[in-house]
Amino acid sequence: MMLVPFIGISAIIFAIGVYGALTRRNAIGILMSLELMFNAANINLVAANKFLNLENSIGIIFPIFIITIAAAEAAVGLAIILSIYRQIKSVYVEKINIMKW
Amino acid sequence: MINYAYIIPFLPLAAFAVNIFFGKKLKGASAYIGIAAISASFLMSLSIFFAFLGGAQRFEVNPEWLNLGAVKFGMGFLVDGMTSVMLIVVTLVSLLVQIYSIGYMHGDPRYPRYYAYLGLFTFSMLLLVIANNFAMMFVSWELVGVSSYLLIGFWFEKKSASDAGKKAFITNKFGDFGFSIGIMMIFAFCGTLNFGEVSNAIAKGALSGSTLTLAGILVFCGAIGKSAQFPLHVWLPDAMEGPTPVSALIHAATMVAAGVYLVARTYFLYAASPTASAVVAYTGVFTAFFAATMALVATDIKRVLAFSTVSQLGYMIMALGVGGFTAGMFHLTTHAFFKALLFLGAGSVIHGAATQDIREMGGLGKHMKITMVTFFIACLAIAGIPPFSGFYSKDEVLLAAFNYSKPIYIAATFTAFMTAFYMFRLFFRTFTGEMRTKLDPHESPFTMTIPLMVLAVLSVVAGWLFVQGHAFETLVHFKEGAAEEGSLLVVWISIAASVLGIGLASAIYVFKVVPDGYFRNKFPGIHKVLINKWYVDEFYDRTVIKPSLNLARRFFSFDSKYVDGAVNLTGIINVIISKLHNIFDKAAVDGAVNGVAAAAQGGGGILRRVQTGLVQNYMLILVAGAALAVVVFFFIK
Repeated sequence: MMLVPFIGISAIIFAIGVYGALTRRNAIGILMSLELMFNAANINLVAANKFLNLENSIGIIFPIFIITIAAAEAAVGLAIILSIYRQIKSVYVEKINIMKW
Repeated sequence: MINYAYIIPFLPLAAFAVNIFFGKKLKGASAYIGIAAISASFLMSLSIFFAFLGGAQRFEVNPEWLNLGAVKFGMGFLVDGMTSVMLIVVTLVSLLVQIYSIGYMHGDPRYPRYYAYLGLFTFSMLLLVIANNFAMMFVSWELVGVSSYLLIGFWFEKKSASDAGKKAFITNKFGDFGFSIGIMMIFAFCGTLNFGEVSNAIAKGALSGSTLTLAGILVFCGAIGKSAQFPLHVWLPDAMEGPTPVSALIHAATMVAAGVYLVARTYFLYAASPTASAVVAYTGVFTAFFAATMALVATDIKRVLAFSTVSQLGYMIMALGVGGFTAGMFHLTTHAFFKALLFLGAGSVIHGAATQDIREMGGLGKHMKITMVTFFIACLAIAGIPPFSGFYSKDEVLLAAFNYSKPIYIAATFTAFMTAFYMFRLFFRTFTGEMRTKLDPHESPFTMTIPLMVLAVLSVVAGWLFVQGHAFETLVHFKEGAAEEGSLLVVWISIAASVLGIGLASAIYVFKVVPDGYFRNKFPGIHKVLINKWYVDEFYDRTVIKPSLNLARRFFSFDSKYVDGAVNLTGIINVIISKLHNIFDKAAVDGAVNGVAAAAQGGGGILRRVQTGLVQNYMLILVAGAALAVVVFFFIK
């Protein structure tokens, strides 16, 4: 086994996530892209733990935290999107410009 | 009961607290609260007194109050025979005065406050009596001073009353100053303030010789102030501006006796220093004589009594000085009863006749029978006619003086003669003969006459009861003071002096053998000096008050010229500098501030274009930034 395929797949997934987050108009799509980026980072961490032979397994424990926070973040994000949809009947991010001064 | 003696002072304090806070609501009921509290105190004192008559032992509680490492202060109480007598005197007179005041102060707008002050005074006085150390004594000493000040100036609308209050307070401060230095000296040498421990320390020689004498004299300074001894006697006659029951309680029976009690309580100082006790003796006898001469010519009924009080206090002080420890305290006790009676009688006269000037009175006896009879008893008692109480105590005082020094004895006996004369001059001019001016006298209500009768009974029997089986001597004695041998010579001379005084008074004012004004016309110089109170007030005015005022005026003019000038100059300079600052501020500082604000506004106008409100724009910038960071990190080292 080699480290490079893991880092490679992690990088690819992360790039897809960035691309999706920057280009999707749909807010839910952006959320999904965010999840991709999280998981790319997770793969990276687990792989690093495996190949660096760390004794305290921090590379395994940390992804668990990230998954937990990602779940919470997804819940909050979906709730916000739902609430925005009720307000302006749309989930397209260019319509959501009420934050602008 | 003796171990609960500390409760006695706190009952009147509770009455004070209730009356001062709720007096406006209580109105007339405040009197009953005061009387209830003092009655309870009186009953407790009575049981303690009988316990000591039955042979109870000296009892002291001394819990620690302050621990400063090497030095510990106790704050407890001490009850012995002398304390029990003082407790009785204070609570009984206070009780009777409070009952009397129901009638006397009736309708006064500040009636509840009056009772509150009486409660405060009684508390402080009782605390003073049961104190077991100098510190506590000094605190209560000042507290009685405060209550005295409040009560002398009770009718403060009258300028003379508020002035008299101030005079009493400031004059006392002179004495208290010496007293506090004396206490510090004792503490410096003995390392304790507890009476018993100081006494032991002196016995061991921690404080001796001239230092001991000095400490004794300094402590005595306190007594000089409080007991109105020469040269600080000037406040007491003026203190008569207060309500008459107050004069009876504070300025006759109890507070002024505090000085005597102080000397008695700290007698170990004077027993160890013959010089200090000689100072005490000569101060006392001089005051006794000196005040009696002023009483001969005074025309205000209360002032005659005030001079008489000063004189009798001099007697007690003298008795302590000449070694008559028991005699002095005995005279204090009997004097408290008959002098309170005299003052309350005078109050009854003032209440009924609405004047204080004995030249306007006369023939009041027909209208005020109870007052006259009780007043007569008190006059006999103070003159020292057997078997009235004053006779026994005065006789013991004179005996002690006789054994100490003949000149003191002669002066004291002559004072006794003068005392008899001026008291009966007062009595005859007030109650007998024809009414000199149109008055409408009436007898006082029973709340006022009952205390008179109680005190009259005490004035008759107190002396006789106390000499039965040396009762008083067993209660109040210093160490193992042996009973002094009685001397018939002294007894007869003192009776003769009293009878002579009464005889002379009746010759002038009743039988008119000697015309009224005979002595006045024969010795106009002496009369003038006496009526002006030996010019002591004028002397103080010239030597103390005027110079202080002059000094104050000098300081004032220095202040207004130089200090104020300097302050004003600084002010003007400041104003000029401020004006310059103002110009600089407007141009430079404000300009800078406004410039910054304008720059911020302009910059904001440009930068706000970046805020598109589109999340993806932000994210794009973020990713671009991250990419830039990566590029910088890897390719530009």
